[in-house]
Parts: sequence; C-alpha cells; structure tokens
Amino acid sequence: MTDKLIAKGLKINGIVQGVGFRPFVFQLAKKYNIKGNAANTSEGVLIHAQGLPEDISAFCRDIEIKKPPLAHITEFLSCPEPVVEYSRFSIIKSKAGKAASTLISPDVSICRDCLREMMDPLDPRFGYPFINCTNCGPRYTIIDNIPYDRPNTSMKIFPMCKNCQAEYDNPENRRFHAQPNACPVCGPQVKLCDKHGNEIKTTDPVLKTAQLLKSGNIVALKGLGGFHLAADAQNQDAVSCLRQRKAREEKPLALMSYNLDIIKKYAQIDLEDEILLNSIQCPIVILKKRYDNKTNHLIAQAVSPKNNYFGVMLPYTPLHYLLLSCIPFTALVMTSANISNIPIAIDNNQAFKNLAGIADYFLIHNRDIYLRSDDSIVRNMAGSPRFLRRSRGYVPTPIFLKHKLPQILACGAGMKNTICLTREKNAFISQHIGNMDNLETFDFFKLTIEHLKRILDIKPEIIAHDLHPDYMSTEYALAYQGDVQKIGIQHHHAHIVSCMAENHIQDPVIGLSFDGTGLGTDGHIWGGEILISEYHSFTRAAHFSYLPMPGSSAAIKEPWRMAVSCLYHAFGKKLWDIDLLFLKNIEKNKLKILLDMIDKDINSPQTSSLGRFFDSIAALTGIRTHASFEGQAAMELEMEAENNISHLTMPYDYTWTSEQPRQIMLKPIIQGIVRDIQAGCPVSAISSRFHMTLICLVSDLCGIIGKETGIKQIALSGGVFQNAILFKGLISELNRKGFKVFTHSLVPCSDGGISLGQAVAAWAVLKN
Amino acid sequence: LDHGSGGKLSHKLISEILVPIFDNPILSSMDDGAVFEIPKGKMAFSTDTYVVDPIFFPGGDIGELAVNGTVNDIAMCGASPVYLSAGLIIEEGFSIHDLEKILKTMEKAARKAKVYIVTGDTKVVPKGAADKIFINTSGIGMIYDKADTASSNAKPGDKIIISGTMADHGITILTQREGMKFDTSIKSDTAPLNHVVKNMLTDYPQAVHVLRDPTRGGVGTALNEIAESSKAGIKIYEQRLPVKKEVAGICELLGFDPLYIANEGKFIAVVSPDMADQVLKLIHEDEYGRDACIIGQVTDDHPGRVFMETSIGGTRIVDMLTGEQLPRIC
Ligand SMILES: [Fe+3]
Ligand SMILES: [Mg+2]
Ligand SMILES: [Zn+2]
Ligand SMILES: [Zn+2]
Repeated sequence: MTDKLIAKGLKINGIVQGVGFRPFVFQLAKKYNIKGNAANTSEGVLIHAQGLPEDISAFCRDIEIKKPPLAHITEFLSCPEPVVEYSRFSIIKSKAGKAASTLISPDVSICRDCLREMMDPLDPRFGYPFINCTNCGPRYTIIDNIPYDRPNTSMKIFPMCKNCQAEYDNPENRRFHAQPNACPVCGPQVKLCDKHGNEIKTTDPVLKTAQLLKSGNIVALKGLGGFHLAADAQNQDAVSCLRQRKAREEKPLALMSYNLDIIKKYAQIDLEDEILLNSIQCPIVILKKRYDNKTNHLIAQAVSPKNNYFGVMLPYTPLHYLLLSCIPFTALVMTSANISNIPIAIDNNQAFKNLAGIADYFLIHNRDIYLRSDDSIVRNMAGSPRFLRRSRGYVPTPIFLKHKLPQILACGAGMKNTICLTREKNAFISQHIGNMDNLETFDFFKLTIEHLKRILDIKPEIIAHDLHPDYMSTEYALAYQGDVQKIGIQHHHAHIVSCMAENHIQDPVIGLSFDGTGLGTDGHIWGGEILISEYHSFTRAAHFSYLPMPGSSAAIKEPWRMAVSCLYHAFGKKLWDIDLLFLKNIEKNKLKILLDMIDKDINSPQTSSLGRFFDSIAALTGIRTHASFEGQAAMELEMEAENNISHLTMPYDYTWTSEQPRQIMLKPIIQGIVRDIQAGCPVSAISSRFHMTLICLVSDLCGIIGKETGIKQIALSGGVFQNAILFKGLISELNRKGFKVFTHSLVPCSDGGISLGQAVAAWAVLKN
Repeated sequence: LDHGSGGKLSHKLISEILVPIFDNPILSSMDDGAVFEIPKGKMAFSTDTYVVDPIFFPGGDIGELAVNGTVNDIAMCGASPVYLSAGLIIEEGFSIHDLEKILKTMEKAARKAKVYIVTGDTKVVPKGAADKIFINTSGIGMIYDKADTASSNAKPGDKIIISGTMADHGITILTQREGMKFDTSIKSDTAPLNHVVKNMLTDYPQAVHVLRDPTRGGVGTALNEIAESSKAGIKIYEQRLPVKKEVAGICELLGFDPLYIANEGKFIAVVSPDMADQVLKLIHEDEYGRDACIIGQVTDDHPGRVFMETSIGGTRIVDMLTGEQLPRIC
C-alpha cells in the first residue's frame, strides 16, 4: 500500500493566517485521508501532505476553491517530496523566519455563529463582549509582530482557561488557533467609569451605559480600532452638546443602528448598500436621507446638518451588539473620539486625559489596541463601492499589482495621509492616518510606518514623497536615514498613477486629476489637470487657468476669497459695478484689500484647482462664504444640483486657449453664472448648469486630446471625483465618446490614495 | 555722482554731514579706522545690512533699524554693545535732506542705546544700482561675566519668554510698502534691547540660557533654530502668544501666521524654570518689555521640533518653512 503514496510540500501565501486556514486544511486532510502537517511560518503556510495521488490532487484543489471566507491566496507553490513516516495529520507550532511574505488579516466584524452564541443564555459566552473565532474578531489592531500568534498580540496578557485552551487546541473547533479566543472566565472585561476615571459599580456595565446614553449623556466607548464618542442620535441636545464639546461644527457624524430595518426608517438603502452594510468589513456607508416628514424626526437635525446624506454602519463588535440590543435606539452617533484632527484615542489613560471635556462616561476594557484604525467610509457610486476612507476592515489587505516591485515606502500627502509599502506584487496601504499638521498625527504616521515595516518585514530601498517641501510627509522622507533612494513624485501624477496601478493599466492614459491643492512642477498650486500620463512620467495637456488665492491657506478655508478672485478675473475693475448680493455682503475695505493682495501678489499663490473653483461658485451663489470642514462648500453646491437633477440644462459657454498646455478659460463660465444669479435663477439650477458645463467641457477637451494622441483610455482621480454628478456624468459622456474610463474602487480617489501612486511611480521612474 | 568717488565731495559729505551728527572723539579723529582700548574678556562682533523698503515707516526708519539691529544682535550674544560702524550705499540722486534725517535718527538711536558709531563709509552708486539707500552696521561688544546665551543651551524644563508682541514690524513694513490702507495705528517695534539684556545678565547671568531676536522668519523660525541646535523640543501655547489685536486682524485678512513675521524690537529668552518669574519681572520693568510673557517651555520629547498647543486642542507642528507659505491643506 505504502508504495502508492506520494508526498508534496505546499507553500501557500496570501491572507492565510488568523483566518481559520489551518483548521480548514486539517478538515480537508481528514476528508482525503492525508497525513503530514501544516505550519504557520513567516513565509506563509507550509504543508507537508502525504497520501494517494488522487487524494493529494483533490486536497490541493479544495484548498484553492473552498478556502475559508476571510482567506485570500496569492501564491500556491507545490513540489514533490520524499515519502516519510507520518502517523497522522498535525498542526505544528508557528516559527518565526526571515522572509515574511505572509499577509495579515484585517479586523473582521463579529460572525453569525459568534453572534448567535453571545445571544444564547445557555452559552458560556452569553453576553460576553469579546467573543470571537477564527472567522471574526480583532486582527490588525492587536498585532505587534509576526507571525500572528497570541504572544505577538495584545491578548498575550490573558492566559486561556481550560475550556478556551481546549477549543484553541482542537483542530475541529471553530476556535482552533483563534488567537484572540477568550471567555468571561479568562478574557478581557469591560468597565464603566465616570469622567474622572472612577469605576461605576454595576452588575451590567453595558446596560448601564445604554441607559446613560438614553438619558442624554455622551459616552466614550473603547472599540476595535479606537474610542468612539457615542450619543443618542435622536436626542438633539445630546448631539449638539457633542458637537460643541468636540469643536466639530457641521461635519456629519456617523451613525450606528442595530439592523437594516431600523436604518431603512431614516435612510434610503438599495441592494448594493445592503451588501456593503452587511459585509464583514462593516464600513460606514453613505446613505441618502429619507425625506418624508413622518420619519424626519427620527434622527436629530444636528447629526448631519445641511446635508442630504447620513453615514451609517451596522454594529461590528460584540460590544456594539450588546449595547444596541439592551435598549432600543434608532441609532447612536458613533464618531471617532478625538478633538479636531488629532488621531483617535486608543489607550485608556490617554482617553481619560484627552476626552475629559467631552465624554460624561467611559466604557473601557483591558484589551490593548496596538494600532489605531478609524472606521472606513464607503459610498456606492456609478456601480461600485468607492472609498472615502479606507481603514478598519480593509487594512492591511494589499492592493495586488500587475508588476513585481522592489520594497518601497511612499510617504503620502499632507492631509488624509496614508502611507504605502510595497513587497513583490503587493502594495500595502496603511489605515487612515490623517492631517499631518498635528504633532500627534505625525507621531502616529511614524509609528505606523515602523509598525508596518515590522509586521510586513519590509526594509524600504526607495522612499517616495510629494514635491511639497512643507508637507510633514516630505520632511520625513527627506530626513529618512539609511541606504535608500529618494524620489519626489508630483501630486497629480501620483493621483493618476494610483488609479492606473489599481486597474493594472498598461498603456498611457489621459488622466483627469481634479482635486483641492497640490504643488505643481512650476511652483504653482495645481488641481485641475489633464495629464497624458504613464507610470514614469507625464505631460500636462491642459489645465484650468490660474486664479490667485488671496491669503493662501485662508482662501481654502474661506471660499469667499476665491469667489472674489473669480470675479476679479472675469470682470477686472468692473467688479465694483456688479450688482451681486455676494459682493454687497463684503465689507468694502476688506474687498479692497483682497484686490490689493491680488494686484500686488501678496500671499496670493496661483492655482488651477478645480476644487477651489467649486468653492468659488458655492460662495458666489450664496451657499457659504466660510467652510468648517474640507470640501464642505463644494459638497453643498453638489447637493443643490442634486435637487435639480431632473431638469435638462444647457452648459455655460466654455473655451480653452490653443497653446500647450491648453488653459481652460474660466471667464465665460463665471460671467454666465453671474448673469444667471442676476436674473434670479435658483441656486439649484445654476449649480446644475455648472456641473453640466464641466462635464461637457472636459469630455470635449478629452475628445480632442484623444484624437491628437490616439489615447483611448482615461483615468479619473483626485478628491473632486467624490462629486457623484460630475463623476457619473463624465463617465457616461466619455464612454459615449468611445473612451474606456478607469476609476478608483480599491483606494480613495482623494489624497488618501496618493501613496499608492507615489510608490508605483517611483518604481517606474527608477526602472526607466 | 561725485559724492563717494574718493574726491572732495565725498570728504565733504563725511565731514560736513556725518561727523557732526555722530560727533564723538574716536570718529572725529578721521583716521582710516577707529582706534580704542578694550577691557579684558570675551567680545562679540556682529554685522548686518539693511535694505528695508520703505525707508521711512511708522515707528522708525532704515537708520534707526540699522543701529538697533546690530545693537540687538550683539546683545543677543550676551554682550554689551560698545562701538558700531556704519557703511552707507546711496543711490545717485537720493535727497540730502532724507539722508540727514536718517543719519540723525541713527545718532539718536545710538545715543539711546549708549553706543558710539566710531567708523563709517559712504558710497554713492549710479541710479538703479541700489534702491535709495542701503546701510550696513557692524558692532562689537563685551560679553557679560558668566553669560552664555548661545542657541544650543536650551535645557528641558526651561521656560520660553518673549519680550513683547509679535509681528508688529513685519506687518507694518508690508502694509506700508504695498500702500495698503488699514485704519490702524500699527507701527514697527524697532528698539534697542541692550539695556534690558544688561539687567538680565547682570542679575541672572546663569539663569538666561538662550537669547535670540526673532527678526526675519519670526518667532517660529527662531524657536526652530533653538530647538535644533539644543536638540530639545519646544512647546508653546497658542493662547499665550502676544499679538496686538490690529496686527492679528491684518494677519488674518492677509492669511499670514504672526509666528513667521519679522520683529525688530523683541527677543526670546530661554530661562531656567526656577528663575523664570524673576527674570520676567525684570523684563517687565523695561520700557520695551512691558508685554513680556512666558509662552512655553523646553521639552525632552520631540527633540528639534517646535509644537504648539492650539486653542481648539491638538498640537500643531510649528515647522521651519522652506519658502513662501504655500497652502498645505486641500
Ligand atoms: Fe490631491
Ligand atoms: Mg540681524
Ligand atoms: Zn466568530
Ligand atoms: Zn476562557
């Protein structure tokens, strides 16, 4: 009999650790009567399989097709091995090694099985907020090193009890080698504290928390990737109070509801949204508000003022489920626990300190979060989910590249920063890091780089960065010590390359790189760029014509400045004679000084940014003169057009200059808008026309550039493409003109996705 | 053009205008250079050239600025300034009247600072080769006993004192130069700081670890230089930063951060924490130190970095800017 046996060594890579892969292999081995062993190593899962030839091949086939839901195989190597004596199939202890090509799973929302157990009064884990199994639970946020084993996680301080250990050791159990396995006897515990950190004695801290929330308190909840600040979303006073304490004026606050049926009462959900909400990543999904009067009062107005949308998620940790099931809430506000722009709190003591003036109570626990990860935010748009923020649940799943890359660290942009590390065909984009003007964020940035380098075992040979010398990410890159090559990548080129990379595009594209601001190669601030782009280089085919930004950064926070700049650009000194409410509302002397600044070039950098142009139109049409968060004015302008979407509208006149690069003239558009305002057109109609103008203009121009260059594919990137009207409109118009249009669906189109483009462009530059 | 080409007119310019104005025994001897005795000890020597436009501005003129600037640079070295030189480059056709006016304010400033201008030079250059008038001043001073005020001396725990409001000079010059109309009374803060420094270094020579005048690049740049050379962190508090209301208003409208705007009559002192209150009290007694306050402290974390606790919470990095203030946000 034994002479028929064959043996094979298998090496499997991808997301294969901490996702129930080895128990699955164990079950398969049992099914096909295979002996040998399986081990987690830092090179991946290594299997020695010995059995009959047909069983071995069935075994290999099933590994690939029937793999566990969280597993993702990127490499499957098999080679014959000599037959040796194995008495059974066993799982052997993990060993650390040099080349860590294995992938770490993201954090996963609680699975059906665990949820059922937690709600079952007879189950030993009934009501236990830290229940998990190999199919669910924390991963990325609790790992400190590889391989993914309990001693390398923040679970190391909780020795398992006999029962948990037995589950952990039993290959047939759902918790076999579930590293965070725990139960009420041996695992982490929650604790409710007042704002001074004193424990509040109660038999049921979760129920007590729910009651406190119901009575209008703000509670800081320690979650998976960091603390949330929670409040009853129905309670206008509580929500306003939260806003005021957090110094967050108008930016929408995220909601969490117990299930889809409840969400449907206040928001519109279609099938794609349901799929996203229910996915194991459990992101915040952008949903349109329901506007019927009866249900409007379900959510306090302060949750998402002057906005047509809510950001909503389902519970994703056991604790969330417990909290939302003990008292009925329509929704809880669940916003990341931080004060304006500094990273979300993760540590108990730090939370008590930083959130002292915000939270009334703290529901904390004693399982440490090693690496913070904010909630991801996704919106379904033009047939695909689009990331507004790619973080918890998705990180550190790599973006799979077409080419093998050397080990590169790309340091990202200045705001919404993420970093990217590459290894072979994987690009690992970090969780959302944030706005790098803060010391706390910059520290988090450095920590994340070190952490990711360690758990991915990457030693960068190349450092890619933005061209802006004052971005902290650039400063970091330039100060990076060691034997590395450093390469600056132009911001808008990086945007387009990031879109090219995630779509595995080969040939040159026409890249529409539309965003807020980024430093151009001519020292001006770009942001409305049509680039002929390859991975390693680009030429500027066209751009929106330059406008001064009087006050530089102030012109970003205060759209009225850009609007004045627009009017001056279009009307010159005749501006003083224009009859416009917008102008009447500006103090004469202030206006005079602003024009002086433009005339004399005082702190007024030139910009071709489309984002800024949106801001100007929002200010001109009276939507807002000051923005309290990034992109607010542009977003509100878009929503105006949304209200008008059924009307057929004519574009304003548009044209561009003939020299290279072509400059898209703003004058006729601005003049047309002013005429409409003076004629008393509703803002919604003007906004609609403005959107229509951009769609026609850009697609016409692409048509011409396409003819000249023979390029038939177009890549869209940059934060402006969060605008659904422009995004969808351009895609269909460009398709109609015969272009193949590539967009982002794996990384954000905003600066959150730029690190990927930097990494791939840096590689291409060096290769060329 | 003949003034300054070495002939009579130049001699006339010097002997008829300069010497009488700067009347002092060393200068009056009219030799090739100044000759004087020095006491034993360490000296400080500094030079700077002033090309400010406009040359007359609220609060002073280029001459006063040139004297105070070098006086202050020497004072910041922990020294008592004694002798100055003055070199003038004058554009052909510049009004003698204005020149006299400038020289007189130089003299007045020197008298106020109690320093002597002991040697000088003038050159008249063709129209367009210079803009109206450029002035170079150099100076020497004697280091106070036990004083060491180098930028590298900041130690964790030390307090950061600023001697008064920020950005007055830079904003005055900018708005004047560009002819911008603000109905305010802002003026340059140009002033000699050597007297207050003398009091500090006489009474507390060892408590004052660093002295810097935050001129070009402002307080933000000066603090960065201190943090870098001391290999220590510096934490400041937004709410404590002294800025005059009018100046803050103009900065806001122009989109400038007062932290990066030039000052000409202010200093930053890094002082040991146990003596900070006494030193501050001493500064308050000086006419140019009335608004002095503690704005932060030296930390052992984040060496080389300056950071600011903002009024909305969070800690903004106050970076050394590489060029213009181009927007970083999007
Ligand atoms: Fe961008
Ligand atoms: Mg100087
Ligand atoms: Zn589970
Ligand atoms: Zn247990």
